[in-house]
Amino acid sequence: MEAASVPGTRRLPRTRRLGDRLGDSLLYGLTAFAAFLGLFIIALIVWRVFAGAWPAIQDFGIGFLWSNEWNPVVNQFGARDLIIGTIVTSFGAILLAAPLSIAIGLFLSELAPPSVRGPVGTLVEMLAAVPSVVVGLWGIYVLAPFSANHLPPAISSVLGWLPIFADGQDKVESTVFAAMLVLTIMIIPITSSICRELFLGVPTELEEGAVGLGATRWEMVKTVIVPSVRGGVVAAVILGLGRALGEAIAVSQVIGNFIPLKRSIFQPGDTLASRTASQYQGAVSNIQVASLIYLALILLVITFITNFAAQRIVKRFDLNRAA
Amino acid sequence: MIDSPTPQLSLKATGRARRRLFVNKAAELAALSAAVAAIAVLAILVWSVFSRGLHALNWDFFTKGPAVFGQTGGGVAPALVGSALLVGIATAMALPFGVMTAIFVSEFAPKKLGDQIRLWLDVLNGFPSIVIGIFVFTLMVQKPLPVVGWGNHQSAFAGGFALAVIMLPLVARATIEVLALVPNHLREASYALGVSKWNTVIRVVLPTSFGGILTGTTLAIARAAGETAPLLFTCVLAGQTVDWNPTHSVNSIPFTIFSYSEAPDENLHQQAWALAFVLIVFVLVSSLTARFLLERSRRKLGTR
Repeated sequence: MEAASVPGTRRLPRTRRLGDRLGDSLLYGLTAFAAFLGLFIIALIVWRVFAGAWPAIQDFGIGFLWSNEWNPVVNQFGARDLIIGTIVTSFGAILLAAPLSIAIGLFLSELAPPSVRGPVGTLVEMLAAVPSVVVGLWGIYVLAPFSANHLPPAISSVLGWLPIFADGQDKVESTVFAAMLVLTIMIIPITSSICRELFLGVPTELEEGAVGLGATRWEMVKTVIVPSVRGGVVAAVILGLGRALGEAIAVSQVIGNFIPLKRSIFQPGDTLASRTASQYQGAVSNIQVASLIYLALILLVITFITNFAAQRIVKRFDLNRAA
Repeated sequence: MIDSPTPQLSLKATGRARRRLFVNKAAELAALSAAVAAIAVLAILVWSVFSRGLHALNWDFFTKGPAVFGQTGGGVAPALVGSALLVGIATAMALPFGVMTAIFVSEFAPKKLGDQIRLWLDVLNGFPSIVIGIFVFTLMVQKPLPVVGWGNHQSAFAGGFALAVIMLPLVARATIEVLALVPNHLREASYALGVSKWNTVIRVVLPTSFGGILTGTTLAIARAAGETAPLLFTCVLAGQTVDWNPTHSVNSIPFTIFSYSEAPDENLHQQAWALAFVLIVFVLVSSLTARFLLERSRRKLGTR
């Protein structure tokens, strides 16, 4: 009876039901397809990179990892110094970036007055938005000359007896050290903004409890905040490490693209990603191309492991917090 | 004993307390200086780019092709056009699939599956961009694209596809977050009126989160526009003229900066700085605007 007063109800139900059934399953199918396409692309990346590296894998085998030659003339290729260079630059950058990021995170979450937090946080995140090629350009013409004239000589004069800090007086501009600085600048925004989120997530009652018991702010940070988010900070650092390991452009612009590696970080070097990037037009033979793809494969495996580990830690950490 | 003078009481910290306060001050100062250092680096970087890039900008820079080697002047019009083309192709591929992935995760998938997909999107986001470039190279530049049999050379299409792989997880993650902010009572109200799920998604959920999706996409575009590594093996061997054909390899802003920065010619360095200026202004302005709008749409959704 009431339904009769609503116009048009007789026609609507049937069409709607058919349309809705179709529409629902169509939307479900389409979105499911899109979601699994993403997973398919990941599988495809792994497969294609592996297949592309296959000729080099066949030729050089696993020995590619510790052979140290890059000679297109005789078609001998190996990755040892590139792997070492990758690890040295990334860990050097992490050693510089981790304490700085934690300090910035603490400043933005605990110290800064609320009116400062927003703008400063945004500015730090803007640093992450600067494209790597611009950071690299700035690295070549501003940072590297400045650093070469001031930092390595100073460090060498104090720690020069250690082989890795030797030769600072040479004032070489394109160095492993310059690459570390560039990478540090690139990962600080990532790690510091994750750290800030973690520190903000610590329950206020805990912090107030510590302060109420007479702790200074630093003691509160040391005894309450840092212990309760330690896992998250580790994950943030690993995520930054993953970014540093894979950075190709900015590193290849400042590192000098030179192997065999020297002992000192104040000399030119090279990394997996930057070697791949710098050879984009120089590859002549098929085996050289396959070797470059082999480098990318090694990089893929390394970053895959680091990122996956970081994600797992973050996930476990979230669950702990929720429980 | 009783009338011996009481010890001087003072609020001034001494001994252990003084040391604790001193350590506290030192730690606060360290945190402050770390933040100041980070902002100083950003300021110096932006200032270098502005001061070196600004005076190389003129009308020719935007409208002309590169000058003949050794001559001054000339412009970067091919790179500007090429970047627009590449980013356009990438957005056309990444936006629909990213949004659909997000709809699947937040509206259809069971929680466990959704978490898995999110995890893998993060893994994809963590892949180095140079590896994405190599992947596209082996997929459709080194050989023809499997099944379709198309490609076998560098092209704007290949470069755009590489950028789309970079953008996909960014768009999807941002959209998942925004969809999660859509209040459930809006969906429930729609269902209560007898509206089907797909209609609810398209007429209620998506319009409500439109602003958020737009800003997430803008952030992804800002990121893709500055990526060089995915293009190195997929789209760099290009002519010096403006080219809108997606099957041709085209110039791009980031690659032009990369190659000019290592060129021996002072004139080209100038142009690299000027291009960096253009790129940084685009990236910073678009991501600042996007952030601002995102904050606003979050507030709007949160208070509704």
